[in-house]
Amino acid sequence: MSIVHAVFAPGFFSNGPVQAALVMGAVVAAVCAPVGVLAVLRGQSFAGHAFADITSTGGSAAVLLGISPVLGFAASAAAGAASMEGLGARQHGDRDLVTGTVLGGALGLSALLLYLSTTRQGTSGATVSVLFGSVFAVSSANWPWVAALGLPALALVAAAYRPLLLSSVSPELAAARGVRSHLVGAMYLAALAASVALAALTIGAVLSTALLVGPAAAALGLSSRPGRAMAWAGAIGVTSVWAGIVLAYDSYSWPPAGRGWPVSFFVVALVMAFYAASRAGAHRHGRSPAGKAA
Amino acid sequence: MPKPPTPLPATSSGTASSGTASSGTGSPEDASSGVGAGTRPTQPAQRPRVLSVEDLGVRLGGRQVLSDVSFHLCEGEVAGLIGSNGAGKTTLLRAVLGLTPVSSGRVSVAGGRGRHQAVGYVPQKVVLDADLPVRARDLVQLGQDGHRWGLPLPSAAKRAATEELLAGVGALHLADARVGQLSGGELQRVLVAHALAGRPRLLLLDEPLANLDLHSARDTVALLDCIARQQGIAVLMSTHDVNPLLGVMDRVVYLAGGRAATGSTDDVVRSDVLSSLYGHHVDVLHAHGRVIVSVGDDSHSDDGCDAVPASAGVLVGGPVHRGAGAR
Amino acid sequence: MLSGLFSPFMLHSWEATSLVAVAAGAVGFFVVLRGSTFAAHAIPQGAFTGAAGAALVGTSTLLGAGVFSLVAVGALARWGRRGRHDVVTALVLVGMLATGSLFLSLGSQYAQQTFSLLFGEPLAVSSGYLLPTVGLAAACTGLVLASYRRLLLSSAAPELALARGVSPATANFLFLLAVGAATTLALPVVGALLVFSLMIGPPAAARSLTARPGMALWLSVLLALVTAWSALVGAYWSNWPVGFFVGAAAVFWYVLGRAAKAWGHRPRNAPAVGSSR
Repeated sequence: MSIVHAVFAPGFFSNGPVQAALVMGAVVAAVCAPVGVLAVLRGQSFAGHAFADITSTGGSAAVLLGISPVLGFAASAAAGAASMEGLGARQHGDRDLVTGTVLGGALGLSALLLYLSTTRQGTSGATVSVLFGSVFAVSSANWPWVAALGLPALALVAAAYRPLLLSSVSPELAAARGVRSHLVGAMYLAALAASVALAALTIGAVLSTALLVGPAAAALGLSSRPGRAMAWAGAIGVTSVWAGIVLAYDSYSWPPAGRGWPVSFFVVALVMAFYAASRAGAHRHGRSPAGKAA
Repeated sequence: MPKPPTPLPATSSGTASSGTASSGTGSPEDASSGVGAGTRPTQPAQRPRVLSVEDLGVRLGGRQVLSDVSFHLCEGEVAGLIGSNGAGKTTLLRAVLGLTPVSSGRVSVAGGRGRHQAVGYVPQKVVLDADLPVRARDLVQLGQDGHRWGLPLPSAAKRAATEELLAGVGALHLADARVGQLSGGELQRVLVAHALAGRPRLLLLDEPLANLDLHSARDTVALLDCIARQQGIAVLMSTHDVNPLLGVMDRVVYLAGGRAATGSTDDVVRSDVLSSLYGHHVDVLHAHGRVIVSVGDDSHSDDGCDAVPASAGVLVGGPVHRGAGAR
Repeated sequence: MLSGLFSPFMLHSWEATSLVAVAAGAVGFFVVLRGSTFAAHAIPQGAFTGAAGAALVGTSTLLGAGVFSLVAVGALARWGRRGRHDVVTALVLVGMLATGSLFLSLGSQYAQQTFSLLFGEPLAVSSGYLLPTVGLAAACTGLVLASYRRLLLSSAAPELALARGVSPATANFLFLLAVGAATTLALPVVGALLVFSLMIGPPAAARSLTARPGMALWLSVLLALVTAWSALVGAYWSNWPVGFFVGAAAVFWYVLGRAAKAWGHRPRNAPAVGSSR
């Protein structure tokens, strides 16, 4: 019993925000798993991260306008996806450059909006809360939005699963089989935007990138089958989030300040540990999961 | 681009039995039998035509890449698409696939079904990450249903079909290996199985022999010949070296300068025909059962550099390929 | 309204901004050439973490930013060699940011300080910054110019570079080091989130305007200077954060570059259907 108490500090299971965080974190990790594996296979980690930052622009706008942050998150993710698609982010060579350009524009706008809301309304905490978020701040009022973003993301990936997989293996083979790679790519970008918006909304921009990319990259070495790799990614993601929440809850009694350490720190550390372990394991089996030289 | 100065030879006398759209109005003496090496005995009766290319022209980025290319392929035939780097081989294959828009002429693939159903394609270079969580059997399965919407349902019939396809290319033992960890020759076989999974009537391969050693290249050619004969699939493969295909080809499509000479090996790989195709003198030598095509550009023919594939000067069919041309 | 723009008080801002622009423009040429936008976005987040850490332990922002930039560069160079590039970059990025959020939560920084670290504050550049800024700018530009040819060759054709004895790993490390130096230098001026915009916008336009690499490099520096100066004037005039102007300028340059390219291609491509390039 004392061991249980040492791990789970008193009040852990009866705490409302903690319960909400556990459930929400698991849902987000589960949505991020299939989307993330495809993001890694398609080399779109940067776009995944960019959406997280872009949604912070929507968050800032929502703070300024006094509307629901959720609306701001979703609208800015959609605008980001549309402008990446519009600027031709599908062309491989220029893709990162386009992503970066859109991201830079969004961050600049974010700076302006945060500045305006700080000077006009005195809400100076907005900067940090919008960018870094906190899973403990999740309110159960967000549930409809979680469903509204998460379910379409999963549905899009499920609908385009086989064409997406084939074009991740080789765009040339996909084209020869009659896959309309432009359409499939746009569908995937929409799924990516929706799931990252969901993640950024609930757990913050930093964590959303970690949950999107880390478990997926770790899972690639664990199974040679696409579906199972996605399942592994989900398992790693959920484990990292839950363990991170436990540690963050415990850290309220830790030095130096007794204010608690950020959840994102623990979750990211766990995700990176999983990735390092998976890489080390793959290396020992004589397989070097080398990527394309680029 | 102007029309070819001299008429190009027609398709081989044996296979082009019906009045064909593919004929380039050849002069009769060109169609007579050539030197003994090369083409395998012509098939008897005519078989259904699978691919017809008529007066095909393709412009890319303002450049005329192909013009007036005509040929056809029947069921079970093997054709070699020969030409040096940059001759337009890949463009021609992509035009047949429908991936590159045609600016003039016509490409028709038999069967009322869509182009993607009727044509299987093996690209030249498929770069795969070693950690890609896709097994050989997954890739072959995607050849059957990779264009379909929705999640795949487990099916015993599909699994059996996949294993049959892998066995057909001698790669059943690789079924559970990650595709990114296969060797060049192994991946080639799996890609052929992937292309065959759509039950095509026409199989296109872009430089299937480019990255293979002599032994694997021979195996690949034998495999493709076997597929063509047993399954009645027309096979069109590009290569810069005509020699590995000698003896299995029913037809040669020889590309140079955006134009093509088509027919049997003996009809096309000849000094007079290739000279008119290139627009200057070309030597075709036969030695020890191999064909050596020496394309000397007039301006470079004296300096001994005519085997360097940079300009028009290309050595086709030589036993050794120098420099970047072979890679 | 703009009369104070050239007051002695603003001199430091002008100098710092110009130095940052020269370094960012020069390094940015290779960022775009190598397609390393993500890395150029990730390294500044390391610098941000360093700055937050420096505030926590009470040392100079520049020192903290420099040390953590180096950590990020080392991690990218070490782990990016094998494995998927963008995955490693993403993980280094979130690792840095998560550490940064830990520093922020442990320390007692004002939101205003965090804001200026993220989005830049060129108007508050003090004279103390100037000497290290000059040093860093010189080091960064010198590194780019000294390794210009090997970087160019290894970016354009890694195999050819290897054949000439330029290892891709070394070239990559040199490149990342230059990005790290430019980042450290730019952090207080442009802010962690928008340094990379200054690095990709001008060269993206420059490479569309000229096909000659040397010319593109100079043009990139010139356009970066124009960007930084306009952003400074805009920030002074409106009191808005400088990052907004930098981000907007990057979008402008990119679109301009695309338009220039499309216009330059039109005559030749007019009859062509479908895929050009």
